[in-house]
Amino acid sequence: MPKILTYIEAISEGLREEMRRDPSVFLLGEDIGTYGGAFKVTKGFFDEFGENRVIDTVLAEAAIIGAATGAAIAGMRPVAEMQFADFVTNGFNQIVNMTAKYHYRNFVPIPLVVRLPSGGGIRGGPFHSSNPEAWFVHTPGLKVVAPSTAYDAKGLIKSAVRDNNPVVYLEHKYLYRHIKGEVPDNDYTVPIGKADIKREGNDISVITYHTGVHWALEAAATLSNDGIEVEVIDLRTLLPLDRETILNSVKKTGKVLIVHEASLTGGIGGEIAAIISENAFEHLDAPIRRLASLDTLIPYAPTLEDYFLPNTQKVSDALRNLARY
Amino acid sequence: MPSTTKSKHKKSSPAPKQTAFSSLNGVLKPDDYLKLYRFMLLMREFEETILKLYQQGKIVGGAYSGRGNEATAVGSTFALEKTDYLFPLHRDIGAHFVKGQTVRNMMLQHLGRAGSLTKGRDGTGHYADPKLRIYGNISHLGAMVPVACGVALASKLRKEKNVVMTYIGDGGASVGEVHEGLMMASTMRLPFVLIIENNQYAYSTPISKQFIVEKLSDRAIGYGIPGITVDGTDVLEVYRVCREAVERARKGEGPTIIESVTMRMAGHAAHDNAWYVPKLLLEQWKKKDPIGQFEKLLMDEGILTTQKKESMLAEMRSVLEAEAQYALEQPYPPGEQASEGVYAE
Repeated sequence: MPKILTYIEAISEGLREEMRRDPSVFLLGEDIGTYGGAFKVTKGFFDEFGENRVIDTVLAEAAIIGAATGAAIAGMRPVAEMQFADFVTNGFNQIVNMTAKYHYRNFVPIPLVVRLPSGGGIRGGPFHSSNPEAWFVHTPGLKVVAPSTAYDAKGLIKSAVRDNNPVVYLEHKYLYRHIKGEVPDNDYTVPIGKADIKREGNDISVITYHTGVHWALEAAATLSNDGIEVEVIDLRTLLPLDRETILNSVKKTGKVLIVHEASLTGGIGGEIAAIISENAFEHLDAPIRRLASLDTLIPYAPTLEDYFLPNTQKVSDALRNLARY
Repeated sequence: MPSTTKSKHKKSSPAPKQTAFSSLNGVLKPDDYLKLYRFMLLMREFEETILKLYQQGKIVGGAYSGRGNEATAVGSTFALEKTDYLFPLHRDIGAHFVKGQTVRNMMLQHLGRAGSLTKGRDGTGHYADPKLRIYGNISHLGAMVPVACGVALASKLRKEKNVVMTYIGDGGASVGEVHEGLMMASTMRLPFVLIIENNQYAYSTPISKQFIVEKLSDRAIGYGIPGITVDGTDVLEVYRVCREAVERARKGEGPTIIESVTMRMAGHAAHDNAWYVPKLLLEQWKKKDPIGQFEKLLMDEGILTTQKKESMLAEMRSVLEAEAQYALEQPYPPGEQASEGVYAE
């Protein structure tokens, strides 16, 4: 019997199943044990798995990522939680110089997951809302995933735990309790490196992930009433990118809108645009368009944050402009 | 410099050599003394060989010298079991040898050859050899400390009783990750030993600009763990305090900080002639040469003779020469291998 889970419940369930399946999987992070985590992803885990598998650490992100890396070197499968994605900067040296560079130099697998609760729309202000994916996409040795649905959230956390490489798992805080979806009862995974076509269409491709998927699906439903059929590609994995799915969609539609919540400049949208123009230029009927957050800090006041973020209306407007081109 | 803090923990004052020597009777066999001497000598001779290759332009990157650090590198690692984990630094070449690494592998690493442990992807002691449980440093000093703690955590979670030993310098000890690692190691009582190699200089920066405590081991107070300062030129003393720390860690009594005081008798690396180090300071420390001191002790005790030393040295030099030649004859990895192995299967 499939069941309906919220996005956050799906992450929890995926983690719990992996911990039951494999005794080498353990969790470490701040307030994840007795308290159950700042967002309650690990609620109940301490009682089920005990203090040796759900480890409350000192408030020290470099120590958390570093120790997780060390435990992975020693053959365990740690899942490290950053309380907010923003705080990963405190452990940046570890993840970029130690974790990511370990296998290439030493041929020692680092089966490690770093969970990053990311994203805005929760009125978190400049230090609790970041979308730091571009930093990690620019770091060979890491894999970066960013699910948008409950099904993908569960399937990808399970794949991340089973992968023999360090995986940065970006879980969007706004989606935690705003998104629900059907999740099968059987043991399943979602492959890392594979995008998903969330809606098929022949007129315009939206290439996006995380919150962008939901904005795009809402916009696509509206545009469909006017006879514009939008295809929505959910990347799900940002490193490595699923070039094939991206290019196949572009070749079909000839028009592309790339949407992400991370700021525009230096964002992954630029990389996707480059891949498309290098490999499918002759299929394009319009310039590649990007829609992203502003190149500012993520502001605190609701009016400012709403102006800063993309939304369904902005996606619709961008799509209508492309349709008219 | 006056100390404003006092440790509640016991600190050992450097014992006279004879005492250290006799106190280890029954712990170390005569053969062990010769091994300690041999490893220190090998470290120095290996580095001399590397320096020569560097001067001939045959080393790919930099060449670092552990001259003055031989007793610290060798004495500390000698306290580890085969199943313990070693995370050595760039001035600890002798530690690699104690843990079982071969001259050949170290030579290939320095020359960036295809057959090296990293297949030419990194140099010097930057490699891991899981079979020997050696996990080398990266250039970001201090970054290794939390990682070593993670291995200690795994050991503790799996109830394996293995100890993890790592090192940091007087300069690297200023890096925040060292503090974070020690916070984790102390609160979790991890089987972990941190040796702070205080060799008076971090590149060109003297310790007067690096810290204002009297002893770096005083920092242990802040973590609620034992902190010991030891004469880092005395291999038996280094071994003795490290052995105690390793035993404590193995019994589940948590980590220890050991400050090993020594002198960097060369520049930061081969390109640096250390003009900024006062000549007088070097002359004073020269009298405390770790190898010279131990050699005299062993000869006084009748464990070593000049003849034995000369034959040991001659054999070592011929091996080093042959291994350098072998490594030089090995190919670099094919360029296209650069794109392989970023990810594990």
